[in-house]
Amino acid sequence: MKEYILNTASSALVALYRFFAFHWEVAKRLVRPPYYPKLIWEQMDRVGVDSLPIVVLTSFFTGFVLAFQIGYALMRFGAKLYVGGIVSVSLVRELGPVLISLVFAGRVGAGITAELGSMQVSEQIDAMRALATDPIRKLVLTRFFAAVIMLPILVVVGDLIGIFGGMLVSVMNLGLTASFYKTSVINSLVFNDLISGFIKPLIFGGMISLVACYFGLNARGGTKGVGDAVTRTVVVSSVLVFLMDAFITKVLFLLGM
Amino acid sequence: MIELYDIHKSFEGKPVLKGVNLKIDQGETLVILGRSGCGKSVTLKIILRLIKQDQGRIVIDGEDTTSYTEEQMLMLRKKIGMLFQGSALFDSMNVKENVAYPLREHLKLSEDQISQKVAQALSFVELSGTEQIMPSELSGGMKKRVALARAIVLEPRYMFYDEPTTGLDPLTSRKINELINKLKDEHKVGSIVVTHEIANAFKVADRFEVIKDGEILFSGTSNELKGSKLKFVQDFIKGGTIENAKQ
Repeated sequence: MKEYILNTASSALVALYRFFAFHWEVAKRLVRPPYYPKLIWEQMDRVGVDSLPIVVLTSFFTGFVLAFQIGYALMRFGAKLYVGGIVSVSLVRELGPVLISLVFAGRVGAGITAELGSMQVSEQIDAMRALATDPIRKLVLTRFFAAVIMLPILVVVGDLIGIFGGMLVSVMNLGLTASFYKTSVINSLVFNDLISGFIKPLIFGGMISLVACYFGLNARGGTKGVGDAVTRTVVVSSVLVFLMDAFITKVLFLLGM
Repeated sequence: MIELYDIHKSFEGKPVLKGVNLKIDQGETLVILGRSGCGKSVTLKIILRLIKQDQGRIVIDGEDTTSYTEEQMLMLRKKIGMLFQGSALFDSMNVKENVAYPLREHLKLSEDQISQKVAQALSFVELSGTEQIMPSELSGGMKKRVALARAIVLEPRYMFYDEPTTGLDPLTSRKINELINKLKDEHKVGSIVVTHEIANAFKVADRFEVIKDGEILFSGTSNELKGSKLKFVQDFIKGGTIENAKQ
């Protein structure tokens, strides 16, 4: 039992060291070219534009259901007028960034790990290095920049769609007018809400892409290893989204945001 | 010249290479023979710094690369081409884009110049006209030849071949052997071939190094290999492949 605990602890420490060493290698390359702008553009299309359908669906139904739940709860207190404000602030500050980032981790993160993992187990990464190319610059940084740029944009689009979903419920089921809903949304949202809703996906996008690239580049053992790596990416990314969300929320609260 | 001095490498506490020394010069082909898992491919990857050795020195054309950073190694790798055992073609790119890859990375050429150089490399490996084909549509032998075209397109001074004929039919194997010899004869490329197929090894080798249990057991020419009194060496020559050699 003691040996098992020691072995598990030392394996965990080694894994953590490798994880941070990888991030250090990425950080060193962030500040110096080359950056491969054409590849970054291609990745932005893949991780951003191609994710739009699922982001739109997720956001619409989130706003839709949120308006229902909040609306019917507020009706008991005669306060359904506040639905627009509560739905928009909840979406912009919290639900939009977190739920869309979770969807992003499942779609984009898993895709990145599967792609890089398949390249790793078939020696394509070694071939890249043997051909005097840096895979961190060519594969990791391009996906990192694409994710950091596109996830906030996806969240903004998602928030708008979610607010629209809430508006449909408010008009069709809660007896509010569209113009009243719009006015309550505009009056409720403040600059700090927008900042909070933008900072989170900026950080989450970078985090998810780096986790996905790390597990992909460290996949071992053929197709099973790639599958395991994909699972790890989704689990670790999701947990980190929740952890970082709590941390960022606390920090913003302390900053008065 | 590429020189290895006292190379040691272990994986998870298990030693794979225990003090390997070897040299290879331009214009000659060295064949490393050994059983599967004896460290042959690891030796190639250590020279290229795809894996870092635990101990020992590597000198490439007078440069001691032992403490080189990854960026310094990137520059040096342009001198060395490698043919991987599984070809390692980039499966999202067609044949032309695979062969053009090192040209786009390292040279400022126009599209016409790139197309010309790709065509030349494919002609060398006798695969002209295959530019638009995807790797998944190629046979094993064709993949190896495309990978060879990609490895030589920057005109390296040295070539590493990791099991170049394993899994190929005899005719295709002969084609690969001919290309290895053609590169040596026409372009004075220094080559290290890692294999366990003794018959194909004799067709390309100028010298042999036999690895057993992480150490060099034998070092010499083809005739010296055939005349060796070492049981391990005799067994695998008689058996046809190193896999059949009894310990």
